[in-house]
Amino acid sequence: MVTLAMPAVAQEFTVGVSIPAATHGWAGGMNFFAQETVARLEATYPNVDLVLATASDPAEQVADIEDMVATRGIDALVVLPFESEPLTGPVQAVGNSGVWITVVDRGLSVEGIEDLYVAGDNEGFGRVSGEFMVGAMPEGGNIVVLRGIPTTIDNMRVDGFNAAIEGSGINVLAMEHGNWNRDDSFTVMQDFLSRYPEIDAVWASDDDMAIGVLAAIEAAGRDDIQFVLGGAGMKEMIARTRDGDAMIPANVTYPPAMIATAIEMTVVGLVSNAPVSGTFTIGSVLVTPENAAQYYYPDSPF
Amino acid sequence: MSTVNETTGGGKLSRLPSMTVLGPILALVLLVIAGALINANFLSAGNITNVLARSAFIGIIAVGMTFVITAGGLDLSVGSMAAFIAGLMILVMNAALPSMGIGIPIVLLGMVVAIFAGILAGLLNGFMITTLRIEAFIVTLGTMGIYRSLVTWLANGGTLSLDFELRTFYRPVYFDGIFGIAWPIIVFAIVVILGEILMSRTVFGRHCAATGSNEDVAHYSNVNVRRTRLLTYAMLGLLVGVATIMYVPRLGSASSSTGVLWELEAIAAVIIGGTVLKGGFGRVWGTVLGVLILGLIENILNLTDFVSPYLNGAIQGVIIILAVILQRERKTS
Repeated sequence: MVTLAMPAVAQEFTVGVSIPAATHGWAGGMNFFAQETVARLEATYPNVDLVLATASDPAEQVADIEDMVATRGIDALVVLPFESEPLTGPVQAVGNSGVWITVVDRGLSVEGIEDLYVAGDNEGFGRVSGEFMVGAMPEGGNIVVLRGIPTTIDNMRVDGFNAAIEGSGINVLAMEHGNWNRDDSFTVMQDFLSRYPEIDAVWASDDDMAIGVLAAIEAAGRDDIQFVLGGAGMKEMIARTRDGDAMIPANVTYPPAMIATAIEMTVVGLVSNAPVSGTFTIGSVLVTPENAAQYYYPDSPF
Repeated sequence: MSTVNETTGGGKLSRLPSMTVLGPILALVLLVIAGALINANFLSAGNITNVLARSAFIGIIAVGMTFVITAGGLDLSVGSMAAFIAGLMILVMNAALPSMGIGIPIVLLGMVVAIFAGILAGLLNGFMITTLRIEAFIVTLGTMGIYRSLVTWLANGGTLSLDFELRTFYRPVYFDGIFGIAWPIIVFAIVVILGEILMSRTVFGRHCAATGSNEDVAHYSNVNVRRTRLLTYAMLGLLVGVATIMYVPRLGSASSSTGVLWELEAIAAVIIGGTVLKGGFGRVWGTVLGVLILGLIENILNLTDFVSPYLNGAIQGVIIILAVILQRERKTS
């Protein structure tokens, strides 16, 4: 009976973190923030043990999670699902066994599995981008759009963008998938430049794609394009906005550091009596030359 | 064995062109006509330069792949290898920048690094396949994963970027040229001419075809099967290095998404061009047509809204399968 009255300092918690491998810039940044947060929290909370696993496909991620449950006996799982559908069943099984579930960014296909949901605002990402375009081109104009990999995320962003520019006089000449990839976007933009003699602006919708777009414009020597709007806050592009580059007047955030928010909140939920369940949406913010300095993370690879 | 005989002399020329010869040419002509009808800018010098220059990477690699496949091999690692070499080149050039400064020597240093890394990587694949006798598919599947991980690791999960001023200096290697023809196109043309001569006019080319056609017969005919295979992988590695030299100045960066699926594009171009996937017969000029066909399809799809962009991959798939069906008579004869 005496032991029950003692403070629970001796209690150990194990938290599993399962994320996709660094296969593109944004995921690379996410991996960086995950590793940094794991190291920092383990130093801060000696009684919390964090297990980090990166997977390069959904099947590998399921195996990672099964291993965490079987061999590490995790108390909480922080998961950024590679794809929603294949991960839903396995994560649900882990949740049913009494483990705390935090889902990040991409939701699962069945509602109510997760205790905490931390996500970026994809619809908002598109809306903020569209609103910037409308503000930057009050007279309207012709733009071309590069989309990401065909996914629900991409659809939500484009829907948000379309809603924001509706009735503004901005005319979308064409949309193609640049797959969040520099080379693909370079190719698509070269073809857009051949196809349209007059383009006023480009919504590249991602900074990796914006870099490919800029290279194509530069090579073609075209001066009709006034600006390119990327997104997600790559540090090189944030720096260009900060330094007043007229071609990169703004950026829209979709922070890879949201994984840090998710891990931190999960650990706080375990070790303290602060309630953390529910949904935490990280807003997409417009980055302009005025506020760019506070979105510049020099140590991040992204 | 008829496939081997055909490449040993000028016999190919004395026959009437069959569908295997006409197929890819016809497909290319149809694509050019379709492109010209869809968009007036399609035949502009700018568009043609763009398509040729960006096809040059896959093209240069595909010429090497033609030899590997003709000799009965396969290489799935070339896309990852290109990404890794590009990353290595950028690291070395950035590291040498403070001591060497911006100039031609540092660009030459980067080129030498790319060539050596390419040859080494090719020899490594070839060594495991020919000496350790591991299946080519398995070896190169393994190295594909290794190089992809290495470039991700080197870049710390992000992107390796060439120093901005150095990139500006190096940039003309992709974007400039002589007599209005961009360098990648010139290099591609030289690689093709040398490859065609090597394949159809030299002992090495005949040995490749003999090795791929029937390893045992080739061996008893005094062909050094092992060395022939090893050389094809080393040559492919060298050409991956050459392609990377052209690639780095374009965007000045390498990341884990560089060169994804290049191996499949190169293999598809080789097969569309009429080289037999099982080995024994290969033609470099056909590979060039294959590369151009794949490049033009992408270009035309980007120039029109006629097809949903979701279906781009399907269109390319249909063309690849059609091209192989047109060549079926070779297999059945």
